[in-house]
Amino acid sequence: MATYDAERIGSSPWLLTGPAMLVFVTLLAAPLVLTGMLSLNLFSDTKGVIPVYTFANYLEVFSDDYFHEIFLRTGGMALAVTLFCVLLGVPETLIIARMHSPWRSLFLLVVLGPLLISVVVRTLGWAILLGNNGLINQVLQALGITEFPIRMMFTQFGVVLVLTHVLVPFMVIAVWASLQKLDVQVEQAGLSLGASRMTTFRRVVLPQIMPGILSGSIIVFALAASAFATPAIIGGRRLKVVATAAYDEFLGSLNWPLGAAIAVLLLIANLVIVVGCSRLAERRFKHVFE
Amino acid sequence: MYRNGFFSLAFHTLFIAFIVAPLVVVMAVSFTGEGYISLPTDGLSLRWFHALWENQEMVDAFWLSLKLGLVSATFATLLAVPAALAISRYNFPGRGVITGFLLSPLMIPSVVLGIAFLRFFSLAQIGGSLWALSVTHVIVVLPYALRLTLASTIGLERDVEQAALSLGAGRFTVFWRVILPRIRTGVIGGWLLAFIQSFDELTMTVFVATPGTTTLPVAMYNQISQTIDPLITAVSTVLIVGTLAVMVFLDRLVGLDRVLIGEKQ
Repeated sequence: MATYDAERIGSSPWLLTGPAMLVFVTLLAAPLVLTGMLSLNLFSDTKGVIPVYTFANYLEVFSDDYFHEIFLRTGGMALAVTLFCVLLGVPETLIIARMHSPWRSLFLLVVLGPLLISVVVRTLGWAILLGNNGLINQVLQALGITEFPIRMMFTQFGVVLVLTHVLVPFMVIAVWASLQKLDVQVEQAGLSLGASRMTTFRRVVLPQIMPGILSGSIIVFALAASAFATPAIIGGRRLKVVATAAYDEFLGSLNWPLGAAIAVLLLIANLVIVVGCSRLAERRFKHVFE
Repeated sequence: MYRNGFFSLAFHTLFIAFIVAPLVVVMAVSFTGEGYISLPTDGLSLRWFHALWENQEMVDAFWLSLKLGLVSATFATLLAVPAALAISRYNFPGRGVITGFLLSPLMIPSVVLGIAFLRFFSLAQIGGSLWALSVTHVIVVLPYALRLTLASTIGLERDVEQAALSLGAGRFTVFWRVILPRIRTGVIGGWLLAFIQSFDELTMTVFVATPGTTTLPVAMYNQISQTIDPLITAVSTVLIVGTLAVMVFLDRLVGLDRVLIGEKQ
């Protein structure tokens, strides 16, 4: 990368980044700070938002079993989604990588393309498939596998399944990027030196794509934990996750301070997990990143 | 690398079926002639596409989303291109912080952004206009425009610029005639990706959209949370086909793998 010498910089970089920074400071940083302040306010049904500063909302979230359940459910489902994305996405990426032109780029397009299609559309497709009278249940009943429809809508299983579908392209992207750095000859060397396919995979390929799997997992977990549309449509009103709970407090009960506190906790939890895991992964796989 | 065996191909077939199943089902259902969700068994019908065309609410939401996408992608690109040039070619103090800050909307959950914008608009007594909505979208989609423009500036040699400058060209001329043509694909790709992200954005917009500024994803979400009818599958089919067209264009222009995966190492 060609960069100018320190003495010759002048004011150019500030003028060039200035407009974007101005917009971001006034319209992103300020709203976030205001939300943090709002989370310290109180709310009453008669007077609305009361401008006092207290940690009462946070205490409520931390002490109420209702919120414990929501946070644990969200974390558990995000973990399950991450696991499924690894189990499905990693082998699929390796299979596509082994294909030849034109299949390779065609299937990569088929797998990644849905990322650009609205998540509402993708979730709608699953809602049609998973319903009690949906296609899957009709096929299962026609084949005599089950007599009564299996309930999949409004269940955790349904939400995990659909979120896996929505997020698995991110895993493929991360593993694909790490495969680009993989030296094919090393794999061939392992095979020609008499190692079995399994051993070659475990000892040669896997360690090299591990950073990709880890960074993919971090992205998938973060997106699954903060997902809104899919849990709202597939999970319904009663199977709440953190994002839908914050939405309900804000636009349903109109308790803005409590909704803001939930949002702040979601943001902090997300940042801690993403930054923490990235640090751990970088330290563990330092040799690969360098 | 060795070839895929039987089990690999079987797994691959199931995986692809899993990926395309919901999209295929949505498109199939939209051609039903019945008044409820069902697969068309006796011939295809355009009944629901006709109903969609007559549905003023959905048509208005579509045009609003289109305008919103055009405005926010354009403003995001106008802000992102100079920032990308500064980040890629100057080594100035605070460069890392500024880059991280401008990319940060990617890391902040959309729900949190939605709540923050709603709070800000209610305090500032603005909102409810296309412009207020555009501002929120500019922030959400700017990282995409920035990332693609940054990728296209990597490895850009500065000899030609030096030559142009020494021959007396002004800085703006250099940008317009020398730099821009060489980062063009990154800029256009970034604009398109920003447009798609804005057009599809739901979670943040749900908070700031008002009855007068209902975008297409918000209108669809509101509809789906009440009832799922074939009309909504017709909207979805239009969106899937439209997205496929943009995708093919993006693939021809910059290569879809480059847009989605990033620069090859």
